[in-house]
Parts: sequence; structure tokens; C-alpha cells
Amino acid sequence: MVVDQLERDQADLVFAALSDGTRRDIVTRVLRHEESVTSLASHYAMSFAAVQKHVAVLERATLVTKQRRGREQLVSGHVETVRAAQALLDQLEQIWRGRLGRISDLLDEAEPRPNRGEPT
Amino acid sequence: MTVIDVTTSTTERTLTLTAQFGAPPERVWQVWSDPRQLELWWGPPTWPATFVDHDFVVDGRAGYYMTGPEGEKAHGWWRFVSIDEPSSLVFDDGFSDDDGRPDESMPTMRARVELEATDGGTRMTVTTTYASIEEMEKVVAMGMVEGMTGAAGQIDVVLAGGRPERPDC
Repeated sequence: MVVDQLERDQADLVFAALSDGTRRDIVTRVLRHEESVTSLASHYAMSFAAVQKHVAVLERATLVTKQRRGREQLVSGHVETVRAAQALLDQLEQIWRGRLGRISDLLDEAEPRPNRGEPT
Repeated sequence: MTVIDVTTSTTERTLTLTAQFGAPPERVWQVWSDPRQLELWWGPPTWPATFVDHDFVVDGRAGYYMTGPEGEKAHGWWRFVSIDEPSSLVFDDGFSDDDGRPDESMPTMRARVELEATDGGTRMTVTTTYASIEEMEKVVAMGMVEGMTGAAGQIDVVLAGGRPERPDC
């Protein structure tokens, strides 16, 4: 399971990296196709250095990888890590799906069942 | 499946689920207000919950523990923020230490439950919000329960965090 492979510190980095709108936008773009830092910078009303910093944060979280090609630094998306972040969110969702399913079962019963919650 | 809609937002630190039940709001309300019914569903089958307190008034507290397969216990607390029978309930949910005392250093989550009568039943919306991204990470990283599926979902859902489709959630 993906989550098991993801170190706790790694998870922190991923969530922190994805907490910023510009960085999410960068990830979205480079998952579609690789793009140079210069080209990325042209999409945002911020300095080249600022965009470079965002890319560095994403790189540390292994959401993107950066390669030098000639004079350009090409950024590409790292699909597996993005999936792992999604898997973490899925966990929370699964907890609640389980609860809602059990509520549904409970409501379908005429009489509440004996308490399963008591320790034996 | 009873779940009819799910929205997650990493920026808003919010998970919203909407479910449809074939019982009126007055009946659905009881699964929250009656601790004996609550403990039938709050914990997963392998980690059943036992509520030791359930002071169902505004500012009242509930205390519970979930018992794991090895007999280990995970303690938690609730504080009821608002109660409007049978349509809405807001409470904070946090972790307690092994003696059942609220642990303030641990993440806290706010849950808002809304019940709406529909044709033939109830639509229930549960919105859970974490105080910060860090708290959300902690809860997830602690692996609250086992048995989760590791389904790799849609990348777009994570990335859509900054553009929630329902800003009112």
C-alpha cells in the first residue's frame, strides 16, 4: 500500500507543499508535460526566483523532479508521490464511509443490536 | 451505497460527506444523541468504541475509547458546541491520554452534522475540519485505524484543493 511506503516526514512535506495554490498549479502543469522553470515563471505574477523557490519545495516533497538540459532546467511531475498524498486523504474519507455505512445498517434494524463496544 | 457525495479540500482542511438514509431525521438524530447507538458505529468493527461519558448539552463533553485487536485502547473526547435537534450538531473531537484526560497537544477536529428531511428519509452532511494542515497530517500519519484501502484516487482531487467546488462547505 502506498501509504505504508511513505515516511511520516515525507507525508508532512507533501501536505505542506500542496497547501499552496501556486505550487498546486505548478504540479498540475508539469504532470501534463514537462516545462522549464523560465516557462513556468511566465505564468505567474511573481519573480523567477520566487517560482524557483516553489519548485524547490515541490522537489523536496518529491512531487516534481528537475533536470538540467542545456541552459534550461526542466521540471516534470512525479505521479507516484501525488498519488500517495491522495491516498492519505482517502484514508480520512474511508473512515467516514465506514461510519456512514454502519449508521445505515443500524437504521435498517428494528432493534439496536447488543453493544459490540464493550471490552470482553 | 448510502454515500452520495464526497468533497475534500487540502487548503480548507475539510472533508465533506453527504449520505442518504431511509429513516426520518428524528431517528437519525438518535445515532448521535444515544451513546449506546453511537458506539455501534463510531469505531470500525476491529476498533469498536465505548462511550464512558456523553453529556449531550452545549459545552458538555463525551469521553470514549476504541479497543484494538490486541486489546490496546485509543481514548478520545468530544465537546458539544451546538445542538439543534433534529437538524444540526457541532462538536469538537480530540484525543485523550491513557487515563482518558483530553490531550491538548494533540490535533482537534470540528465536526458539523446537518440533517435534512427528504422524500422518504434524511440527507445527512458531515463536514470535518482540522485546525491546521499540520494537525491534519498528524491525524493521518498516526494511522487512526487499520484496514484502509490504499486506492490511488484521482490526482485532480488533491490538486483541486485550491478551487473547491462548493465554497460554502
